[in-house]
Amino acid sequence: MADLAVTVDGLGKRYRISHQGDPYGRLTESMWAALRAPFDLVRRRPRETAEWIWALQGVSFGIERGQIVGVIGRNGAGKSTLLKVLSRITEPTAGSALLSGRVGSLLEVGTGFHPELTGRENVFLSGAVLGMRRSEIVRRFDEIVDFAGIEQFLDTPVKRYSSGMQVRLGFAVAAHLAPEILFVDEVLAVGDAEFQAKCLGRLEEIGASGRTVIFVSHSMPAMLRLCSRGILLEKGQVIADGPTNEVVRVYLETDLGRTNERRWATLDTAPGDAVAKLVAVRAVPPGGGSSEEIDIRQPVDVEVEYLSLLPGSLRPFVNLHFFNDEGVCLFITSDSANREWAKSPRSRQTVRSRVRIPGNFLAEGRVIVTAAVSSMNPTVVHAIERDAIAFQVVDRSAGDGVRGEWVGDLPGVVRPMLDWTIEATPVP
Amino acid sequence: MTARAQKPRETLLIRPRTGWTSLDIGELWAYRELLFFLVWRDLKVRYRQTIFGAAWAILQPVLLMVVFTLFLGRLGGIAPSGTPYPIFVFAALVPWTLFAQSLSGASGSVVNATNLVQKVYFPRLLLPLASIASYVLDFLIALAVLAVLMVWFGVGLSPSTVWLIPLTALCICAVLGAGIWLAAINVRYRDVRYAVPFLVQLLLFTTPVAYGTDLVPVAWRGLYELNPMAGVVEGFRWAILGIGAAPVEAVTISALVSVFVLATGLAYFRRVERTFADVI
Repeated sequence: MADLAVTVDGLGKRYRISHQGDPYGRLTESMWAALRAPFDLVRRRPRETAEWIWALQGVSFGIERGQIVGVIGRNGAGKSTLLKVLSRITEPTAGSALLSGRVGSLLEVGTGFHPELTGRENVFLSGAVLGMRRSEIVRRFDEIVDFAGIEQFLDTPVKRYSSGMQVRLGFAVAAHLAPEILFVDEVLAVGDAEFQAKCLGRLEEIGASGRTVIFVSHSMPAMLRLCSRGILLEKGQVIADGPTNEVVRVYLETDLGRTNERRWATLDTAPGDAVAKLVAVRAVPPGGGSSEEIDIRQPVDVEVEYLSLLPGSLRPFVNLHFFNDEGVCLFITSDSANREWAKSPRSRQTVRSRVRIPGNFLAEGRVIVTAAVSSMNPTVVHAIERDAIAFQVVDRSAGDGVRGEWVGDLPGVVRPMLDWTIEATPVP
Repeated sequence: MTARAQKPRETLLIRPRTGWTSLDIGELWAYRELLFFLVWRDLKVRYRQTIFGAAWAILQPVLLMVVFTLFLGRLGGIAPSGTPYPIFVFAALVPWTLFAQSLSGASGSVVNATNLVQKVYFPRLLLPLASIASYVLDFLIALAVLAVLMVWFGVGLSPSTVWLIPLTALCICAVLGAGIWLAAINVRYRDVRYAVPFLVQLLLFTTPVAYGTDLVPVAWRGLYELNPMAGVVEGFRWAILGIGAAPVEAVTISALVSVFVLATGLAYFRRVERTFADVI
């Protein structure tokens, strides 16, 4: 019999969604409700079933000790809810989960940090909050500081740190937790590339030391590198469970096949903060025509429409990450390449930024685009939608494309048409 | 590593709970180090970037004493039997300040830790507990100031001073009960944020801080003493000044009310804490 560290059985979580904008109850409101229908309140019967949604439903799986499992799914598929239930932050509505071993969870970098306290003080505070013993923190203190690389700022209040430094210190503390079962959510979405690689390496080490890890991330390469097994969630249910590469493929195929346009109906549901909110992301061929399949010889326009809400000197810019269906980032492009726009002050407005990807440039296959609106100094991501849209590039060239007369497999992440100069001199 | 493996593994079953749950003192004990760190954080942060620093712990009750002495002590009629009025007031302000400050602190403790509540598990009761515990240090400092004042005014110690220990426990018990109730209600109804300062003001007038209980008509005493702080403050004054008869009745009522509020508060908190992360 397999030695299971985590046994999840029929787990479900139901949330009440509030139709009013006001997320908090008001005393008067529930007093009125009590006056109108006292028995409702006493029996706690939901008055309208339509107000409830299942964020998780009938989720079951078992994880063997020492396994590293990646959980993937679109935004709102229930990934974070699953981790919250497993880390006991919120209680399930149905089903059960049995965890055998000391549990640690890492749902955020820098949990428990207090801005007024110094780096040194925050290492202790955050460590304690994450479940480390004082003696354990003392023992590993030097290691943590070394990992974060912030020795000279140890006695500076964390509020004076750059966001990058806070992230490094936060992750350093968390990386030295030593639980037998670890839950990790999206931590790799922050920090610079070098630090992300370090984090990934650390997670690999944790996995190699025989601990059980459940890892939620949008980064397909990280998922493929770290996890031997993947679980795909959609609408709160498990729709695929198996070797990571297969599950990643299912995710990219089923979920993204036809979404060459995303539009957010209301501001509430749109990704974004007080500075920028996404309105729509779309990919269209410039001359019209089928937008689901892009002819490899034709250009394609990718357009991001967003609301710029904060007038002034903060100049948010759009950036797009292009991936293939193996999760490899093909390239990144940003509208700050338009120098005039990059320098002009913003007002409160709807902005459409469009970039033309030339024909004879992308490789054949599915292209997945992540769209974000960010600003620099300090780097802040205002709005991001990972895997926002996807389109299929098809090669129907007949001798007039990059492949020429060749009809076999043509590898490579891009397929650019390049200028060749040929000099031929006759052999004497 | 092998020694570790031989230890029985902790297992944890997560499933929906319904109805009332037990207090689980064992879990609170297991998290005692976190409690310590939360108190330590509150103390470190409270007076950071202030000019007077920890002196604020003394300044608040001392300034209130001065104000009361200047405005009320002169009116006559309230200044009671032979005790210097500053001491008379300060003996009441010491437990009162502990109550007022830790009630405000505890009632906001869960809401102010929204980020923690949504990102990590620990027994949520630690939040109001830590908040109140952090004010106990201020209380001890104020008690030391009281000792200095007593020497200054030539008021001697009486044997009844020993009673300060159970009376302090009673004061903490009273504020724990109210604080835990308010902390839990605050998560769902932010009305608490506005109600607490008002409640504290109201209680200051219905607690014998600036005046003696003898001013309260006997017919109203029973109702008056339902305020648990009435008994605590009377008890403190008696224990420190050693004048008059022990306020047995007031303290008994206070203890009964406090224990009742604390028990129901704990039960309510434990019942609703499982939804904190969802509604906060």
